[in-house]
Amino acid sequence: MKTWTFPAGGIHPPEEKHYTEHKAIEDAPLPRRAVVPLQQHIGAPCIPLVKVKDQVLTGQRIGEPKGFVSAPVHATISGTVTAVTEMPHPLGREVLSVVIESDGEDRWVKGITETEDFLSLSPDLLKARIFEAGIVGMGGATFPTHVKLSPPKEKPIDTVILNGVECEPFLTADHRLMLEHPAEILGGLQILMAVLGVKKGIIGIEANKPDAIDKFEKMASSHEAITVYPLKVKYPQGAEKQLIKAVLRREVPSGGLPMDVGVVVHNVGTSAAIYKAVRFGAPMIERITTVTGPGISNPKNLRVRIGTPFSDIITFCGGIKGKAGKIIAGGPMMGVSQYTLDVPVIKGTSGILVFREEDLGLADSNPCIRCGKCLEACPIRINPSLLGIYVEAGVMGELKVHHVLDCIECGSCAYICPARRPLVHLLRYGKAEVLAKKK
Amino acid sequence: MEEKKPIPKTDKPEKDEKKPQASAEPMVLSSSPHITSGETIQYLMTQVTLALIPGLLVGIYFFGLDALRVLTITTASAVGFEALYQRIMKKKITVYDRSAAVTGILLAMNLPSGAPWWLCMIGSALAIVICKQLYGGLGYNPFNPALAARVFLLISWPVQMTSWPVPHPFFVHAVDAVTSATPLGRMKDSLLMHGDLSGIADIQWIDPFLGYVGGSLGEISALALILGGIYLIARRVITWHIPASFLGTVAVMASIFHEIAPERYASPLFHLFTGGLILGAFFMATDLVTSPVTRLGMVIFGTGCGLITMVIRYWGGYPEGVSFAILLMNAATPLIDRWVKPKTFGTVRGKKARE
Repeated sequence: MKTWTFPAGGIHPPEEKHYTEHKAIEDAPLPRRAVVPLQQHIGAPCIPLVKVKDQVLTGQRIGEPKGFVSAPVHATISGTVTAVTEMPHPLGREVLSVVIESDGEDRWVKGITETEDFLSLSPDLLKARIFEAGIVGMGGATFPTHVKLSPPKEKPIDTVILNGVECEPFLTADHRLMLEHPAEILGGLQILMAVLGVKKGIIGIEANKPDAIDKFEKMASSHEAITVYPLKVKYPQGAEKQLIKAVLRREVPSGGLPMDVGVVVHNVGTSAAIYKAVRFGAPMIERITTVTGPGISNPKNLRVRIGTPFSDIITFCGGIKGKAGKIIAGGPMMGVSQYTLDVPVIKGTSGILVFREEDLGLADSNPCIRCGKCLEACPIRINPSLLGIYVEAGVMGELKVHHVLDCIECGSCAYICPARRPLVHLLRYGKAEVLAKKK
Repeated sequence: MEEKKPIPKTDKPEKDEKKPQASAEPMVLSSSPHITSGETIQYLMTQVTLALIPGLLVGIYFFGLDALRVLTITTASAVGFEALYQRIMKKKITVYDRSAAVTGILLAMNLPSGAPWWLCMIGSALAIVICKQLYGGLGYNPFNPALAARVFLLISWPVQMTSWPVPHPFFVHAVDAVTSATPLGRMKDSLLMHGDLSGIADIQWIDPFLGYVGGSLGEISALALILGGIYLIARRVITWHIPASFLGTVAVMASIFHEIAPERYASPLFHLFTGGLILGAFFMATDLVTSPVTRLGMVIFGTGCGLITMVIRYWGGYPEGVSFAILLMNAATPLIDRWVKPKTFGTVRGKKARE
């Protein structure tokens, strides 16, 4: 199979997909109590539309977006609002959330419109439906989708890329979705192309998912505008800029966005959600998430309602084997470690990963030995070792000229570092310092 | 001056001793990524040690138990001095990272097998205390410790440092205490006395290639050292850039001069396989700490090493210039790293970051 890849940098961590790659998606039970954060996206948080003791129906809008870069939030079960308060959030901070006590009936809100001939709708109407459904990027970054679909006039878009790479070790949610619901993904891609008026659609899939590649190649053969690109297994193949470079040989300028090179990239999960929003009027109230890792008794791919606490999901998967060492929302390379299992699944939770204590291999950080391995691993070609030293020494003035803001926090440098330096942590800190100075 | 801010530490278990935690509660919070390659400094140092074994075995084969004696003294004292220094200075003892042992082994390989015990120990002390720990320990030393110590010894005790025992296959003691000159030393003498290379006419390239020549106990066999070097490259401990550019520069320069005046300038094979060149190119110049971090920087570094080596061999006062060349390029490394930066994704080379 001819595969495509980005030219420089990258690493080869163990794939660890074997836990769940052959397991069909299961429905997780409805939570007894859902905690729905009013901020599940990059941008401004929503304003709550409900108050304590209100009855809500599944799919009812409970959070009103504030500003353009924001996305509405919906009730994910039916029941009674018991609290509108700050709750723990998987991204670390406490976030204003609506707590819903389930009535166990999952009664849906009325007035949901199904549209069979959805491709005949105007681009503006399609975009409005996507916005209404509260759709955000499901790959993990959770950027509101309608914003990506509103490029300024001076930046013409010619290609939509669907990201089915799933280069994070352990995670298989996108893989299973591609195998089980390819029509939804393809429908979503057609909608995206219609909204943007684009003639070229690309689906990028890493070569470790030959079954998914096969499936999409067969389906795409009847669509002239859509091409499947098998991609070399290399992390971070699914990073937006690296994916664009791999399939189109275009390089997003430093500090720029994919639209600067005429491209919009969406995750395959987002595409399926878009299809369901437009075709069935379904708001984004659930997602596929991979519950996996050596510390999970029965690893699974689950269809989970947003707001379901991690503890419920882990219990459904047979609980934790042995002593939990670390619990991560997302994959092992870019996921966020959690301090409590009370945090809920949000729109961007691609996985729940449990490591036991013995899997962690904690080690002290040592001084840099200047081996240069991080420079070789860095897919955006910055010097993580030097930047890390600058941050440690507090020399923040040097960070920007050495492109600290281009860091995508993929973790390749810290993965490879023999001195076990927390390079991503240091660079993230440096980025925050530089951005704070800008303001 | 910018204000220093404390940076929150990560990757340490954040356990709250007072609150008993349910076994289901996650214990460790840290920044991503949550997995590592498992490759550690210890692993890298072990690989270097393994790669040095062929060269050491040839040294012991030709110089007998004396070679083993020097090796043992330098290695043990290097580790000992590091632990002692860190103990006295109340620092974390880091001898378990095996870098001190590697420095000790490399120092032994750069000494004549007849080196007295006190010379070995002074060398180890210089390498570990002066050249490594006083700068802040592993990672902060600007010069390769073993090499800097060797040059210090060479300048301070030139007689002991240039008394090369005659190589004799396996534990033959018949000619104890007889010394010989190295091929490069004989070349220099021949040029001084006869103005040509008649003095080394008997040396075939195969002898230094296999190791049947006088020299430091670990530098004599080009073949054994090349094998070790290839192992290091295959294990991705080092890349090919420094050895290839270093050896390539020597080969090209030697070829050009040999072509012009073969009676004064020895053949490229002679230059490649004699002296400390192979040991230096694969094991000393590639020292991670003291060489550039970018590939282009490494090529510049290796080329510089090659040029300086040949300038010293041709026109310098010393017969051999590998040590000096590497140390000089060590000094140039910060400058090279400042000039040669990777081309960041989405930028044009040499252009500053957007304001």
